[in-house]
Amino acid sequence: MPLRTVRAHRAHRSTGTPGEPDTPGVTGTTATARARAPRAGRRGDQRREGTWGWLFVSPMVLVLGLFLVLPILMALWVSLLHWDGQSNPFSGDADFVGLDNYRTLFTQDGLDRTLFATALRNNAYYVLLTVPLQTGLALGLALIVNQKLLRARGALRTTFFFPSVTSSIAVSTVFLFLFQGSGAVNSLLSWIGVKGPNWFADPRGVLSLILGGLGIVDPERPSGMLADHSFMGLSWFEWLSGPSIAMCTIILLAVWTTSGTFMLIFLAALQDIPRELEESAALEGVNRRQLLRYVTLPALRPVLFLVLTLGLISTWQVFDQVYVMGQGAPGNTTLTPAFLSYSAGFDNADFGQGAAIAFVLLALILCLTAFQRWALRERGARKGRKR
Amino acid sequence: MVTRTAAAAALVTCAALLAATGCSSNFDSGKDQAQDKAEKQKLTVLIATSGDAETQAVKAAAASYAKKSGNTVTVEVAKDMNQQLAQSFAGHKPPDVFYVNSDQFANYSKGGSLYAYGDQISDASDFSEQLLSSFSYGGKQMCLPKDTSTLGLAINSDLWKKAGLTEKDYPKTWKDLRSVADKLTANGVTGLVTSDEYQRLGVFMKQAGGWLTDADQKKMTADTPENAEGLAFVQSMLKSGSMKFAKQVDTSWGGEALGKGKAAMTIEGNWLDGGMKLDYPDVKYAVAPLPAGPKGEGTLAFSTCWGIAADSTHQAASVDLVKHLTSAEQQLAFADAFGVMPSRTSALKTYAEKTPQAKAWVDGSAYAQGPVTIAGFDKVLSQFNTDLQSLRTADPKKILADLQRNGEQAIAKGN
Repeated sequence: MPLRTVRAHRAHRSTGTPGEPDTPGVTGTTATARARAPRAGRRGDQRREGTWGWLFVSPMVLVLGLFLVLPILMALWVSLLHWDGQSNPFSGDADFVGLDNYRTLFTQDGLDRTLFATALRNNAYYVLLTVPLQTGLALGLALIVNQKLLRARGALRTTFFFPSVTSSIAVSTVFLFLFQGSGAVNSLLSWIGVKGPNWFADPRGVLSLILGGLGIVDPERPSGMLADHSFMGLSWFEWLSGPSIAMCTIILLAVWTTSGTFMLIFLAALQDIPRELEESAALEGVNRRQLLRYVTLPALRPVLFLVLTLGLISTWQVFDQVYVMGQGAPGNTTLTPAFLSYSAGFDNADFGQGAAIAFVLLALILCLTAFQRWALRERGARKGRKR
Repeated sequence: MVTRTAAAAALVTCAALLAATGCSSNFDSGKDQAQDKAEKQKLTVLIATSGDAETQAVKAAAASYAKKSGNTVTVEVAKDMNQQLAQSFAGHKPPDVFYVNSDQFANYSKGGSLYAYGDQISDASDFSEQLLSSFSYGGKQMCLPKDTSTLGLAINSDLWKKAGLTEKDYPKTWKDLRSVADKLTANGVTGLVTSDEYQRLGVFMKQAGGWLTDADQKKMTADTPENAEGLAFVQSMLKSGSMKFAKQVDTSWGGEALGKGKAAMTIEGNWLDGGMKLDYPDVKYAVAPLPAGPKGEGTLAFSTCWGIAADSTHQAASVDLVKHLTSAEQQLAFADAFGVMPSRTSALKTYAEKTPQAKAWVDGSAYAQGPVTIAGFDKVLSQFNTDLQSLRTADPKKILADLQRNGEQAIAKGN
């Protein structure tokens, strides 16, 4: 549970949403004030409002500064040190190493770089699969439970939402039992004559199995072009081998637990779509698919952006499931940057390295969110209206 | 440089805000800690427990010390030892006495978090020499080993009999091991099951005459032909199917495989005793010494030591407490409660007389290899373990070469 809360906080931090809740409030006051005193001196008014505004937000600014901005800056400083966590990093005897911690992650051939590259690869596949799946599933569920004619809507909504309110640690532990080699899932599979893998002990990459099945490359002994070239300490084959079977199980778990939350967000947005819009569309004689494509989805665009962004951030920071379900095992295929950062700090007493990994992750998330924002921007005439 | 300016700005902001919040008092290190001179002292002990039995035993031992000395002792159980200790070291408010895991020992010693009290122990020579050297750093005896454990070959007696074997067939050599494992492997039973980590498989490297580092832990000796021979033997057993890793038979460790009858033999230490009593009380098993390799016998020893914090304000009382906790009498009480072996040679003798079934483990401590304690080695060894998971198909020489390279880099970075 605590881990989950931490993650939620982090999610807020990196989008820059903490500022946002205030924004509507501030514009709101301006609007009302303007309406009330249209003839008074605008400029003086605004200045006074500004002062009051700052006064009102100052407690929050102070709290954010003290507990968010300051720790981030401290961590940034630590990422430039060789710090073992047992001395004062803010005194003269701190061992300042400049960008060395970042260099070992990117340019120096060694264990650190290999582990980091492995973690990035694992997490990239995790994000690529989890985000679309959970968003699609959440949207589907929301559309289903939003139907006015559906019976027992309340019960269904509760059921779909239930996994989200369960502790991720508890769910992970249950999954560990379900996906044992002789667990419930494999028993079910054996009824239809499929011999399931030993899920959490299987480091084979799914893509590499497909490549092997097609006869392109032998997964046990990769050779040729894919094995000869490498990037950041991992061979092309290792980059391309895809999420391991163990990782796929974690993906399944993540999709199952988070889709409920996002379903709720989609549902709220769906209920916000004016009925008139759907009715007029119906008058135009559209069928259901066209309604979804040309009316519902465009109306959901801001929420879609929100869900995708939240999903992207939380999937790049996946930690608790990994911590419970294997800590990188089997074969480092469930290692993620967030867990690597933790283990660099607490297991290897190299907090500088851990902080550096965290900042690389932050930069990565910021870039991807910016890209997503650009990709989901509103094109054409309605440019003025921003999310 | 931009980063430098940013860092400097951050530093100034931090300093100002830290001063404002009064947190700065947490960060003063480098000097000797002023000692508490009070008559009655309050000590805190942080342990990472293996279970309820251990917690209760340590609490009872602490209580008996409290009664004797008049000091108060609070025993706390850590949920995540590494994290909790690291946090308390960073905040300079560590517990007075705590368990130090052998894989973190060097990190803490190097960071100056441990108070070296070895020179205050008059009868230190009574402790196992191998373990004492594992827990010394920079020529100083940093802490005393709390207890010891060694590895032996645990055998499921019923399965052994069913395969038509007798006690005389307990394997003495690798060849014996291979042949009995082959005989025992049938009908869902695997001859030998053990964990896929160097903490078990390392015995074969040791028996072949190799080890990861030299005796002083200054140099890596991983890529030697001896080590390769040891791993190649394991690989051949894995390939023949008479040996499997615990995870392959759906168990989390060798003891579980032994208890569930999925393994006829496993390589485990004396903690197996407690685990079997708790989970599989009806399963009969015997413990034999590990078979000897081409270079003789070899096993591994594990231990945790009693660390005292350099930042403790009760160092004298803490040393006193540790003396009490490591006394022969207490070590035997611990052995009784949760199945560890005493780290004192004298107490070990008494223990061997009291528990004849543990003979193989006790005898092992005479030639056991102590744990690797080099700063920053945790990731090197966990990478080695990760590589060992695929030992069946991988090239042992490549695994060892990677280990050599990673280890050399870590040693170079550490010094």
